[in-house]
Amino acid sequence: MADSFSIDDEMSGRRKFLVAATSVAGGIAGVAIATPFLLSMMPSERAKAAGAPVEVDISKLEPGMLLMVEWRGKVVWVLNRTPDMLASLQKVEGDLADPASEKKQQPDYAKNRTRSIKPEIFVAEGVCTHLGCSPVFRKDVAPADLGPDWLGGFFCPCHGSKFDLAGRVYKNVPAPTNMVVPPHVYLSDNRLLIGSESEGSA
Amino acid sequence: MSNLFNSMIGWIDKRFPLTSNWKAHLSEYYAPKNFNFWYFFGSLALLVLVNQLLTGIFLTMNYKPDASQAFASVEYIMRDVDYGWLIRYMHSTGASMFFVVVYLHMFRGMMYGSYRKPRELLWLVGMCIFFVLMSLAFTGYILPWGQMSYWGAQVIVSMFGAIPSVGEILQQWLLGDFTLSDAALNRFFAYHVVTLPLILLVLVFVHILALHETGSNNPDGVEIKENKNPATGIPVDGIPFHPYYTVKDIVGVVVFLMVFCGIIFFAPEMGGYFLEYNNFIPANTLQTPDHIAPVWYFTPYYSMLRAVTVNFLGIDAKLWGVILMAGSVVIFCFLPWLDRSPVKSIRYKGPFFKIALTLFVISFFVLGWLGTKSPTPLYTLLAQIFTVIYFAFFILMPWYSKIDKTKPEPKRLKE
Repeated sequence: MADSFSIDDEMSGRRKFLVAATSVAGGIAGVAIATPFLLSMMPSERAKAAGAPVEVDISKLEPGMLLMVEWRGKVVWVLNRTPDMLASLQKVEGDLADPASEKKQQPDYAKNRTRSIKPEIFVAEGVCTHLGCSPVFRKDVAPADLGPDWLGGFFCPCHGSKFDLAGRVYKNVPAPTNMVVPPHVYLSDNRLLIGSESEGSA
Repeated sequence: MSNLFNSMIGWIDKRFPLTSNWKAHLSEYYAPKNFNFWYFFGSLALLVLVNQLLTGIFLTMNYKPDASQAFASVEYIMRDVDYGWLIRYMHSTGASMFFVVVYLHMFRGMMYGSYRKPRELLWLVGMCIFFVLMSLAFTGYILPWGQMSYWGAQVIVSMFGAIPSVGEILQQWLLGDFTLSDAALNRFFAYHVVTLPLILLVLVFVHILALHETGSNNPDGVEIKENKNPATGIPVDGIPFHPYYTVKDIVGVVVFLMVFCGIIFFAPEMGGYFLEYNNFIPANTLQTPDHIAPVWYFTPYYSMLRAVTVNFLGIDAKLWGVILMAGSVVIFCFLPWLDRSPVKSIRYKGPFFKIALTLFVISFFVLGWLGTKSPTPLYTLLAQIFTVIYFAFFILMPWYSKIDKTKPEPKRLKE
């Protein structure tokens, strides 16, 4: 180890270039070897194949009743709204953040005041748009904990977000958007297909 | 006999720096002579770490990281494995006690200015340990696959979905699926038992190396290395860590273990604060429990997550909540540069700092308490007020620490 050895002297020209080239090549190799490991963490082929549509029979769904269906590991609600419930949708509009459903949280055929194909049947993913909890169906009018203005809707127990009976989010709650209406289609009057918009893919 | 021992040590010393390291880190590592009660918690954190590693290894022998078997395998450990209940309660109580000692350890640093120059890196490494500890607690809590495991994980993973543009793909990458499922449980198990403990061990090693480079701070905030005996080169206010502080720490360990065993044997669930009642119900992917709250050590941050209910500055409330929650933890990293006081220790700092620190502690407890409650308009308002106080402690620190009326630091240690 000679004391006179100096990195600066040696780090010139050819050596400098070789060090830089080796570092770049090593860096590229590092990224290349990391890629298969990182990609192995994406949803697998089996997970991708598991998203088949679900068929639901709604003939026994009485007005005011909520049916829960599992689709792609998520809960999907099918709610048969009574005339009172449908009437409440207009009354609460002043308190909603996006009453006209301007943000694309639903297929175009559900971008209406009831956010549904048939006015009384409401289909939505039962997942809070805040952080993924499943809100509770609270059809009781003016309960003690939700206040006298509550006309029925969905209340998220995790962070207090509120939605009306069409899954539209109230103002000044943590959730930013209305609840998601999944693609769905009626195969017949009482047979509903969730997760698809065409009868053929069932 | 002692000759044989000495020659064995000699044999090793020629091949491995055993004696020199023993001296450098224990018998000739000089620590300030005035350590008080608050200096127990570093060594206690090490003790809890060992407890978590040992009990964790034995839990993996019977636990199954499979969404259809996980819950039952934990119940199997509790009911059918000999002493399984003890090992699991040691592990679950250890998780909560880890946070107790680490919070007290951090509070000690805030009182005595242990994050100040020249210990900034020591503080930052400590913060990294805290982040890894939070990740370990989170991934560990998912493993029993109960209702709180499932919905707690759902909320935390959804926070990544709040990140603009890349959020959704990042969430899928984290979960390995489009929803929280078996794939996520399996990989969180891998993080909890392999990745994170390895990182934690390396960080703890670096933390201790950094500590022994700068030397320990003390309740007076005096640098003992600046006053050395010219003949010996030993700090005049220092005493060897071993035997003085090893003996002191053993007393701390005994008292700690009495409390620890008391919890394990008489209140392992701690009234629902250490093990939540809803987590004794298997995960139901279709129904969120009526009342969900994280384990106590995360509740202050959880309160801040849900405190923001209005959109402002063009960012929606959901993203603000995530920013505030992350910010409330990360902001500790900036303490070394926020504190502009001429003195380190609270003993010589003025009334502004003392009031600010008191308000900070109160807001931490109030936010923690609010995080265990269901949100009501009053509680949300309280959470908003105390979130502001929490952040004001940090953001206003450069100002109030500078104009504060301090007392002069002594040249030597008093006690």
